[in-house]
Amino acid sequence: MIVANRKPFEEIIEMLKPYSKILLLGCNECVTVCATGGAKEVSVLASEIRLFRQKEGQPVEIKELTLERNCDTEYVESLKPAINDYEVAISMACGCGIQFVGEHYRDKLVLPAVDTTFYGVAEEQGVWTERCQGCGACVLDKTLGICPVTRCAKSIFNGPCGGSQGGKCEVNKETPCAWQLIVDRYKEMNMLEKYLEIQPMKNWSTSRDGGPRKRVREDLKL
Amino acid sequence: MSTGSNLEKVLKSGAFAVTSECGPPRGADPEVVKKKGAFLKGYIDAVNVTDNQTSVARMSSLAGSLILKNMGFDPVMQMVCRDRNRIAIQSDILGAASLGVNNLLCLSGDHQSFGDHPGAKNVFDIDSMQLIQTVKRMRDEGKFISGDEVKGRPNIFIGCAENPFGDPFEIRAMRLAKKAAAGAEFVQTQCVFNVDKFEKWMEMVRDLGVHEKMYILAGITPYKSIGMANYMKKSVPGMDVPDEHIERLRSVPKEKVAEEGIAICLEIIERVKNIKGVAGIHIMAIEWEEKVAEIVKAAGLFPRPEI
Amino acid sequence: MRLSYPTNIKIVKVPCTGRVDIIHILKAFEGGADGVCLVGCLEGDCHYLRGNLRARKRVEHVKLLLEESGIGKERVAMHNLSSAQGQRFAEIAREMTEKIRALGPNPARKTG
Repeated sequence: MIVANRKPFEEIIEMLKPYSKILLLGCNECVTVCATGGAKEVSVLASEIRLFRQKEGQPVEIKELTLERNCDTEYVESLKPAINDYEVAISMACGCGIQFVGEHYRDKLVLPAVDTTFYGVAEEQGVWTERCQGCGACVLDKTLGICPVTRCAKSIFNGPCGGSQGGKCEVNKETPCAWQLIVDRYKEMNMLEKYLEIQPMKNWSTSRDGGPRKRVREDLKL
Repeated sequence: MSTGSNLEKVLKSGAFAVTSECGPPRGADPEVVKKKGAFLKGYIDAVNVTDNQTSVARMSSLAGSLILKNMGFDPVMQMVCRDRNRIAIQSDILGAASLGVNNLLCLSGDHQSFGDHPGAKNVFDIDSMQLIQTVKRMRDEGKFISGDEVKGRPNIFIGCAENPFGDPFEIRAMRLAKKAAAGAEFVQTQCVFNVDKFEKWMEMVRDLGVHEKMYILAGITPYKSIGMANYMKKSVPGMDVPDEHIERLRSVPKEKVAEEGIAICLEIIERVKNIKGVAGIHIMAIEWEEKVAEIVKAAGLFPRPEI
Repeated sequence: MRLSYPTNIKIVKVPCTGRVDIIHILKAFEGGADGVCLVGCLEGDCHYLRGNLRARKRVEHVKLLLEESGIGKERVAMHNLSSAQGQRFAEIAREMTEKIRALGPNPARKTG
C-alpha cells in the first residue's frame, strides 16, 4: 500500500487560514488501510479544525467526503456537485489523489493534509515499513525477495557495505541491514555461491530518473 | 600493464608497503594539506586523500591529490559513489589520470546522514564494486560504461577497501574475492584492532586465493586517547575495538596514554606483518599525522624503498 | 445509596469504554462539552478483555489532538471503577467538575 503521514496540525491550520468553507477529502484505499486518510481520520481532522477555529473565533464549515478512490476519474468526477460549494479542498489522499483531484477542478486549490511517504507493508498493528520504490526493473529474483534498492540506505547491489553490524544498518540501529537479510536468505535456500556473482549496474531510466512514467494498455483504452 | 604508480612498483618489488592518509581541510587553504604532507614525506610509499570523509564537505580529493603530487607524493585518490553519478565518476577518473594521479581507491562512501549535510540527496548510481569495474574497463578496454571509446586511457592502479570486521563475517572474504574479480589490484582494510579476528579473515581470504590476486594492506590506527578508543568502539560503524586495549590505555598514567597507544599500534603492526598474504600497512593516524614517521621508524619500516 | 453528584454531568452509556472512539470525544467538545471523562471497568476486569485498555490509549491520543487544536488536554480524563464503587464515582464526578470549572468554558464553545 501507499503509506502516508498526516501533516503537523499547525501546517494544516496555516494552509487553511484564508478559508471558511472547506471540503476535506479522504480516500478509501491505501490511506484508509494505513490509518492516515480514511473516513475516520477525515472526521477526526475535521473535528480538530472546527475546534481550533471555533476557539479562535473564526468558525469554519467543513464538508467531509471520502471517495472510493482519488486516482480514478469516475470517482473524482463524483465530487462535482459538492466541490463548487467550497472555497478550497484539502485532501488526506496520497500525493497521486491530491494531484488528480486538482487536475479535474482547475478553479479550486487542492491542498495536501498528508505527507506521502512510501510503498510499504503493515509489519505489525500500527507499524508500517517500506518495501518498494517502484524503480521499474525488479531484481527480487536475484536477491531472493529482498529489495536492495529500497531496503539498503545506499541502494547498493553488491553489499553489504562496511557499516553492517550485528545485522543492522549503520544509518539506523533499528533497521535491518538489507544485505544481511539477503545473505541469510541465500544460506537458507542453499544458494550462497550466488553471492559471488557481481550484480551489474542498474539502468535507472525505468526509475524516476527517466522522468515521470507512463503505462498504456492499448486493449483497455476506450 | 604497469601504471606510473609508486605504490604499484613497491608492491610488485615484493617490499612491505606503507601508505598513510591525508584528509583535506574544510577550506580552500592548500597550506593545510602541505603541512600534513610534510609530516609524512619520506616515510610512506603513497598517500591516500580522502573524499569528503564521514560525509562532511571538504576540499575535493582531486585537489588534495594534486597538492600532494606536487610535493613529490604518489597520491591515492579516494572516490565515493555517494556524491557522483556515473557521468561525474568517469569524468573525475579521466581528470585525475590527466593530472598524473596514478591510484584510485573505489569506495561506496559513508551515508550522508553521518555528516554535516544530512538533508543531502545521495546518488549511489553505482556501487564500489561497479566503480572498480568502471575504472578497469576504461583503463584496459578503453571503454566508457556506455561502450563508447575512451580516447586516452586512464592509467590507474585500482584499489578498494574492505571491512574484515563488518557483518555478516562469513561473506567478508567472499566480498573481497568479488572485488578482486571486478578488477581491484590492492585493498586497504578497515582499522585492525582485533588481530585475532583479522587473522581469521585472512585465513578465509587465503582459502579463496585472493591474496594471490591482489595486494592486501592492513589498516592501522594508533589510539590517541581513551576517549578516541571509546568513540571508535561505540560510535563508528564496523569498528572492532577490543576491551583489553581500552583497559591497557586506562592502566597507564594519563600522560602515558598516547605512548601506550603507539605501543599497541606497533604490536599490531608486528603481528600483521607476519600474517601470510599481508603485503603492507595503511596507517590512518586520524588528526595525528605527526606520529606516522615515529611509527614507521619504530616498526622497522624505514627507510622506504626507492624504485 | 442515594449518592449525589453534580447535575451538570451528562452520562452517555456505552456497552464498554472500548466502544468510545476518538471522534466521539472530539464531537463532545464540538457539541459544547467543557470536559469529557471516561469511566471504564477496572483494568484486567474488562468483559471484552481489553476494551478499557484500548480506551485509555485513545484518551492519551485524543489529548494530543486537544493540545494541537488549543482545547487543552486537561479537559479529558479516564478513570477505572468497578460497579461497586458508586461512592468513588460521585467523588470523581465532583473533582472533575471542579477541575473543569477552574479551567473555564470550552474555548471552542459556540456562543449565541
